[in-house]
Amino acid sequence: MIKLVGLVPLFPLIGFLINGFFGKKLRKGLSGGIACLAILASFILSVGIFMEARHLPSHSQIVNLFSWISAGTLDIPFEFVVDPLSTWFLLIITGIGFLIHVYSTSYMHNDEGFSRFFTYLNLFVFFMLLLVLGNNFLIMFVGWEGVGLCSYLLIGFWFKNTDYNNAARKAFIMNRIGDLGFLLGILLIFVTFGSTSFDQVFSKAGTAEHGTITAIALLLFIGAMGKSAQIPLYTWLPDAMAGPTPVSALIHAATMVTAGVYMVTRANVFYSISETASAVVAVVGVATALFAATIGLFQNDIKKILAYSTVSQLGLMFLGLGVGAYSSSVFHVTTHAFFKALLFLGAGSVIHAMGGEQDVRKMGGLKKALPITFMTMLLGTIAISGVPGFSGFFSKDEILAHTYEHSPTLWFFGMLTSMLTAFYMFRLMFLTFWGSFRGTKEQHHHLHESPKAMTFPLIVLAVLSVIGGVIGLPHFWGQHNFIGEHLEPLILRKNPSTLPHDTEWMLMGIASLAALAVIYVAYIIYRQRNIIPLNENDKMPALQKVIYNKYYVDEIYDAIIRKPVDAISTVFYKFVDKQIIDGIVEGVGTTVKGIGSVVRLVQQGDISFYIITMMLGVIGILLFTFLI
Amino acid sequence: MINGISINYYILLSAILFIIGSIGVMARRNSIIIFMCIELMLNAVNLLLVAFSTLHNDAKGQVFVFFIMAVAAAEVAVGLAILSMIYRNVKSIDTHLLSNLKN
Repeated sequence: MIKLVGLVPLFPLIGFLINGFFGKKLRKGLSGGIACLAILASFILSVGIFMEARHLPSHSQIVNLFSWISAGTLDIPFEFVVDPLSTWFLLIITGIGFLIHVYSTSYMHNDEGFSRFFTYLNLFVFFMLLLVLGNNFLIMFVGWEGVGLCSYLLIGFWFKNTDYNNAARKAFIMNRIGDLGFLLGILLIFVTFGSTSFDQVFSKAGTAEHGTITAIALLLFIGAMGKSAQIPLYTWLPDAMAGPTPVSALIHAATMVTAGVYMVTRANVFYSISETASAVVAVVGVATALFAATIGLFQNDIKKILAYSTVSQLGLMFLGLGVGAYSSSVFHVTTHAFFKALLFLGAGSVIHAMGGEQDVRKMGGLKKALPITFMTMLLGTIAISGVPGFSGFFSKDEILAHTYEHSPTLWFFGMLTSMLTAFYMFRLMFLTFWGSFRGTKEQHHHLHESPKAMTFPLIVLAVLSVIGGVIGLPHFWGQHNFIGEHLEPLILRKNPSTLPHDTEWMLMGIASLAALAVIYVAYIIYRQRNIIPLNENDKMPALQKVIYNKYYVDEIYDAIIRKPVDAISTVFYKFVDKQIIDGIVEGVGTTVKGIGSVVRLVQQGDISFYIITMMLGVIGILLFTFLI
Repeated sequence: MINGISINYYILLSAILFIIGSIGVMARRNSIIIFMCIELMLNAVNLLLVAFSTLHNDAKGQVFVFFIMAVAAAEVAVGLAILSMIYRNVKSIDTHLLSNLKN
């Protein structure tokens, strides 16, 4: 079965080709069906590979597909790696991917770009699978760029809207900045180790200079900043909500943005060696988590709230990576994929019912009209808030426990983030599903539960969000931590928790109480007092206004980066381009034309003149050869 | 020496024929005359080849001459066809009149 791993990305690729070339001629059902089937086939194969790979004696197996680049001493094979980490991500990508494909067949049903949507979606899954399966940094880079491209295509899916196109471009450019760092990191790896294959690079990592390793780790992390939306490159993710909602769920919550986490976990050898790089990762992570969580408090667009929540949760994952809790972060990636995909799909269902309305101030009381969406989203919200027993509780707790061991200060900020998360998520729930309906009469009339193809993925994801925690039960409960043991062979620096059990119990207790208390506060504010967020033009307290406007980060970037670049570009355009370069180019043209206008007089159209000239030429050449 | 005649005479004759041919090509305007002059130049070369071939007792030169004659025949066939087409269109074979592509 493991030998067949090449087929896993091949199925989505075939789906992409069929939909890409013949999509317009296919019936909608067939087009969507092919796309879903492709992912389902990958998923089934992934499950088989996962099961088999667990019993591998060496934990990992490399499957060589073909020789990719071979020039002189440079030889880069196209190899896939089958190990606990890659197979785990295969399951997440194809599993969640399949559910979202099914959801999309219904959500996008009336869209004119139906087959185009599935074309992009399949292509995205293909690249994502390439990213996690590749056995060297170059294949990973191809996947890395590919998912960036698909993200661009899908954010700008409704390309007739200029704002959406701008959002797509913003995402692409932000990602490119990160990609540059990533590429430099890969080049540095190649220069240092003479190879980009994981097994060779990581086995030699101990021999390289410490400073080089730090540089590599930091450059790779810049790539992760872009792809996983960390400060300072996070601004694209909230704007990426311009894409259709299933895209937000698949790409901007469950899979693509976790590529950074995957990459850092894959390269954990570097981060284990370099304390500096790890510290940077942890600080950037916790700063992003807290920063995004505060912005989330005052957002009114249902998707924007979830977007900032995603940024914040990704920050938590990086906090975990920074403190060396790699398997905990992958655990959180998994549970986050469940409940964030669920929340986004639920939000999509709400938006669907509201006829495109995304502002929570205009919703309310949707509980009765959308019972399944309501129930599933409630479970997702409870899971993300960290209420004991649900999946998010376990994964978040594991990260926070490791953080506490590392630094109580970081733990405090992590805890604060987690409390803010609980608050804004329940704010979202109370505003959307409780109270009275605040939209127009037409919308009220239109309210309906979504069709089965949409509710089915919601239910599956809700179940997973609730029970997902069983894969990572805490060690001190005397339970098997499945995910921890699963990934253990790949992690260089093992750090079994040295915290006393009563400290762990205490941390868990604080987290649970804090979550419940915050939910109660949210209940009082938004349920009992029925407070509705203010409109844009209303007067707000200064701090709230700053946060409501996302700390003016976009405006700051605009002022300190875009405008100077714009100004320099104008200078270059008007002076260098118009005057110098155009001058040279046009000068060459004019000169040639001038010479030509003189020389062409020789061409009279008289054959005998040509022949005489030719003869003279031949005689000249002969003389030249004989005499000299 | 070939049959008592020095090779120099062959070269001289050949050169004279070649010069006559090339002057004809350069000076005349009648296409057919030009054509014949080209043939003359070809045959001057042929003569030279045959002479040297005999001098050196080497058949290669003569084989080469056969090739030139065959190609020349083909060339004549094509060339005359072109000429007849030109005559049909222009009612003349004066090369100076064929200057439509000028400017």
